[in-house]
Amino acid sequence: MKKILQNKATRSNYITYGGVILAFILLQGLSAANALSSSLKGQLVPICAYVVMALSLNLTVGVLGELSLGHAGFMSVGAFAGAVAASAMTESVAAEPIRLAIAMVIGAVFAGVAGVLIGIPVLRLNGDYLAIVTLAFGEIIKSIINNLYIGIDVNGLHASFLNNNITFAEGGRMILSGPMGIPGIQKISTFTAGFILIMITLIVIFNLVNSRSGRAIMALRDNRIAAESVGIPVTKYKMMAFVTSAALAGAAGALFSLGQNTIIASKFDFNTSILILVFVVLGGQGRMWGSIIAAAALTVLPEMLREFADYRMLIYAIVLIVVMLFTNSAGAKQFISKVKSIFMRDIEGGEQNG
Amino acid sequence: MKKILAMLMALLMVLSMAACGGNEAPEAEAPAVDAPEGATVLKIGGVGPLTGGAAIYGNAAKHGAEIAVEEINALGGEFVFDLRYEDDAHDAEKSVNAYNTLKDWGMQIFLGSVTSTPGVATSVEANADNMFYLTPSASSTDVLGGVENPLTGTVDIARKANIFQMCFVDPNQGSASAQYIYEKHLGEKVAIIYKNDDVYSTGIYNSFVAKAEELGLNIVSTTTFTTDSQNDFSVQIADAKDKGADLIFLPMYYDAASLILTQADAIGYDPTFFGVDGMDGILTVEGFDTTLAEGVILLTPFNADAEDEATKSFVSKYQEAYGEVPNQFAADAYDCVYAIYEALQGSGVASDASYSDLCDLLVAKFTGSDFVFNGLTGEDMTWDATGAVSKAPKGMVIENGAYVGMD
Repeated sequence: MKKILQNKATRSNYITYGGVILAFILLQGLSAANALSSSLKGQLVPICAYVVMALSLNLTVGVLGELSLGHAGFMSVGAFAGAVAASAMTESVAAEPIRLAIAMVIGAVFAGVAGVLIGIPVLRLNGDYLAIVTLAFGEIIKSIINNLYIGIDVNGLHASFLNNNITFAEGGRMILSGPMGIPGIQKISTFTAGFILIMITLIVIFNLVNSRSGRAIMALRDNRIAAESVGIPVTKYKMMAFVTSAALAGAAGALFSLGQNTIIASKFDFNTSILILVFVVLGGQGRMWGSIIAAAALTVLPEMLREFADYRMLIYAIVLIVVMLFTNSAGAKQFISKVKSIFMRDIEGGEQNG
Repeated sequence: MKKILAMLMALLMVLSMAACGGNEAPEAEAPAVDAPEGATVLKIGGVGPLTGGAAIYGNAAKHGAEIAVEEINALGGEFVFDLRYEDDAHDAEKSVNAYNTLKDWGMQIFLGSVTSTPGVATSVEANADNMFYLTPSASSTDVLGGVENPLTGTVDIARKANIFQMCFVDPNQGSASAQYIYEKHLGEKVAIIYKNDDVYSTGIYNSFVAKAEELGLNIVSTTTFTTDSQNDFSVQIADAKDKGADLIFLPMYYDAASLILTQADAIGYDPTFFGVDGMDGILTVEGFDTTLAEGVILLTPFNADAEDEATKSFVSKYQEAYGEVPNQFAADAYDCVYAIYEALQGSGVASDASYSDLCDLLVAKFTGSDFVFNGLTGEDMTWDATGAVSKAPKGMVIENGAYVGMD
């Protein structure tokens, strides 16, 4: 145990796991004791979804070093695939946690396929093309879903595009009706499911990053030419990171949509992609615990600021700027490292004594 | 170290400034309503887009409700209302957050969401909590539930028993429009332009087409636009013109409609334009040549130029307080507050009544056969178990820059 903790990266990973578990236990305890406001209670599932979104984007931006401006597009694919699947399974799979798990897997698969389709042409290129293509992808997904109609009856799923010309057998119903989205979602996402998804995401990302493949991916990020010269297949490793990131975003989308009463395609627009990018940049690229804290804090913050009424978004923006400046100033870094060194000395001292 | 200090100072200043600002804002620190002795104080909440692209609708509803609450509180009667509106930026997720915030505040009666998609989300929450819900303007059938999808004949969402609407439900507007055009022989060849990423517009379009088919109206051109493409309508207008349409049906809000009128005029195309209640407000668009709106027909429940005493007093109060002519959203919200006020009369509820008890009481009252409400947006309004209001849409035509009733 002591030896494992000597490794700085591993220690940081375990602290992240521990932090997430502690936060979960704390919030569950407060929730059981009825000490949480309904406002915060209602946000627990979205927070989990946004945390997973931030973590998965951090894999693309921080670890792979490619800019993605359409991460909400993958979330959208996962959200709609997952919600349609869950709605279709209402009768056949009675247990809600199992239905949720299947929906998340389906969401992840669909988003992963979308990731492969985009990755194959784009990740072969050298330059900022991924940013441009993902930007377009987000918009295309929005348009497609706005024109997609899906219904279900005894014969199975029916779909039509552009115009709703589905005819049903007895007892059929619409699930997705184009611009109106999915209006009647049964809420089956729970905070526990969100917590489990965050843990799975962390395990996937940490294991990928600390593996042979992860080192290859980071070598590509740091110096592509050097990496190629030692024989690292560029496209393969880029695809690996990008598709993993897309699939995790799809699972987060399914978690999100099944925690809402209704979703529409325009919810997952460019602004949402940028919001998630802000989580990553603010939390620090490549720093997973930073993404978790930033995503949770910035999701709760606008709600906490409601009492400022008209000045709410202004204050939100100012807080963002102040945090950016603060985390990048030399003085602050010195201060943090000082605290860290005192803290670490205590741990190491404690370990030696124990 | 100096830098950190400076930054902390800046943060402190900003926060203190914001705190001052917050105190001035009426909704931040709701003035503890100075209630007369023995009056029942009830907390009423509402959610709407107070910021963002749809902010005109949310603010109009908020202002309309504020005027109604001021009037009722000034009466010094049995009931005193404490009103609070929260922002949802026209987003379903944020609207649920706003609803939860209002619940934490202690809201007892809910004025619902102003716009449709957030309305679908908040209505589910309010239904689960058994919180009375009367929305001024979320007109989608999915808000009420229990309504057949006009295209497929299926009921996709079950009726939520405590949800009521003050506005027309979308399909009623669509089928009423088709009926109106058919009965009055307003057009032989009909073109439709609708916004296909909008619940309101698509809902009306679907029911219009279903009714038009039934009546045998000749629809020659159907074109669409989205939020991203609502600045240029040349393709849609040209299509209608090429197919020889003599009437264009515009189920959309007035901002987009004003552009269509302008651009049709630019190419010298002058069919009859037919709008629905979202068209109300077109005469107040800044920079819009209102002479272009001459002859436009719209179905709307509210007319700011009406001559009756109640409308005149409301319009003058609204103009005085907010400096603009109220639209249909403001009038609907105003009516919502008064409808709730009337339904509470004689119920003898106390200030600390739970929202669930209030909900049961109000639902029974609203669906009761003897409850009839007269407001700005209609006379003899009644509600039944479906939650939809029954009131007759009025056909208005714009003549000399004012609405004139046509029948």
